[in-house]
Amino acid sequence: MATYIVRRLLQGIVVLLAVSLVCFWLFRYTGDPVRMLAGKYATQEEQEQVRKAYGLDRPMAVQYFSFLGGALKGDFGKSYISQIDALDTILERFPATFELALVAICFSFSMGVGLGVVVAIRPNGWLSRTIMAGSLFGISIPTFLIGILLVMLFSVYLNILPPFGRGDTVQLGFWRTGLLTASGWQHILLPALTLSGYQLAVLLRLTRAGMRETLGEEYIKTAWAKGLSPAKVILKHALRNVLIPVVTIAGLSFGELIAYSIVTETIFQWPGMGNLLLTSIFETDQPVIVTYIMLAAFIILFINIVVDLLYALLNPRIRYD
Amino acid sequence: MTERLQKILTSRRMHNFLRDPSALVGSAILVVFLVAAILAPRIAPMDPYDLASVDLNNYLLAPAWMEGGQGAFPLGTDDQGRGIFSTMLFGLRTSLIVGFSVVAIASVMGITLGMMGAYYGGVLDAFIMRAADTVFAFSTTLLAVLLLGVFETRGLFTVIFAICIADWVKYARTIRGSVLEIKDNAYVLAAKASGAGDGRILFKHILPNALPPIFVVMAIDLAVVIMLEATLSFLGVGVPLTEPSLGMMIAIGKNYIYAGMWWLVVFPGATLILMVVGINLFADWLREELNPKL
Repeated sequence: MATYIVRRLLQGIVVLLAVSLVCFWLFRYTGDPVRMLAGKYATQEEQEQVRKAYGLDRPMAVQYFSFLGGALKGDFGKSYISQIDALDTILERFPATFELALVAICFSFSMGVGLGVVVAIRPNGWLSRTIMAGSLFGISIPTFLIGILLVMLFSVYLNILPPFGRGDTVQLGFWRTGLLTASGWQHILLPALTLSGYQLAVLLRLTRAGMRETLGEEYIKTAWAKGLSPAKVILKHALRNVLIPVVTIAGLSFGELIAYSIVTETIFQWPGMGNLLLTSIFETDQPVIVTYIMLAAFIILFINIVVDLLYALLNPRIRYD
Repeated sequence: MTERLQKILTSRRMHNFLRDPSALVGSAILVVFLVAAILAPRIAPMDPYDLASVDLNNYLLAPAWMEGGQGAFPLGTDDQGRGIFSTMLFGLRTSLIVGFSVVAIASVMGITLGMMGAYYGGVLDAFIMRAADTVFAFSTTLLAVLLLGVFETRGLFTVIFAICIADWVKYARTIRGSVLEIKDNAYVLAAKASGAGDGRILFKHILPNALPPIFVVMAIDLAVVIMLEATLSFLGVGVPLTEPSLGMMIAIGKNYIYAGMWWLVVFPGATLILMVVGINLFADWLREELNPKL
């Protein structure tokens, strides 16, 4: 197990290095940093000064290692637009995105797994057929369209939920939360529903497939024969074993969650990292874009490794060597 | 030729296809949209991207059957005076061009890399699969957004390119699994023993048997790519403003939903959903029919 952990960590570091190399290359060859820093109307002389001041006249390898050294210390440079530290700019928005993702995951898990169990128990009932037909629609509607349709229904026509923003927030130390106020909860409902959409249908289908397989196993028959209550057989004996692969796959598709958070935050003007990324793309604010990519890569790799290890811990039949 | 056609029409697969309502509905939808996209310049009432035929005075008209609508614009107009119906037909073209191009290019990329990795093994395999894992972890959507975000120029070609870079992985993984299963079969060993070269073995003996699961992945992927193109164009990192796209139409329409102009979003949105549902219905049937473990 220990060797496996070390190997996974080493692999993770290699991938991060590769990502940093690509980022550095993007940073230097798409858009001219000198022109961004010195301004469009800078003279040749001013441009030379900027080039020297920021060390952009040094050889590429040297620049890469100084970029890497900075990155290790959390220094990714300053935003071209606001002149504020790029990492600080992004981290300031982290709580908003985190809370949105958390509520969305809770939605998709409770509904996806719950409906999946219902469908697996009675595969031919009318309820199951309706749910499965709904899930086909679920995977056929892109996230951005779900968001807009929800806004049209709940904000424009019914006028019961706010269509944008985060509502009232409370500052707790470094963390600004919207989950402690009524207005915060009102504001998070629609975006979280939107973000949970893509995962809900996937979780439903996975749970259904896993449950149908497991319910036919010998140990489930034994549990029925023992005279256990249906709730105990289904939830305790069957679902627990089905959940392991379901959680694993959900964890491994964390990149999608980040991707769709960009879409969701754009629609609802949610003040999170994804919204910031898109603004930075339109303003060609390279340091912020690069920092976002590195941070996203780090989070995704971290979660992948944690999920792999949890999978091994939860399922004693799996031992990595 | 007629004999072959007869054989296809009387085959078991065709029989199953004709008896499956969802497969029929799905492919009917797809065929209608394909024909509409191909004939768009002929059936569209106007060319929404020809400046001479667009009149700004016709901006934000309601559909023809509603108050303020005009017969020339059956589904109304957008904020530039472009007919919704016409723009949708041209937008369908973009969706389907991107969809089919990406599926074609990414599948060839993925099949080649995955097959080589599985067949030769060793460092090559390890390298290809680590790259695939990394791309997979990022997810197709995130990678495509980030790639397009840093590209200097945007156009149909860059969109196809970016999605391909992010999308080949699912083909590589699928084919690799099949090839690993097939490559130790007796008939492959027989071909080897009879002195066939690697190329002949890979393409004549292994590939044809590894393809069925790939067909299912292609069908599902077509739907995924079409949604992705719409998403990218909606975000503003997809096709440029000068190209028609369903995603961009919805992005424009989003600005007017508070004014009650639902048709700007609902018509292109419904078209997109219907097209994707059609493809998914067909893909579901294909999966049952070819029955690969996915």
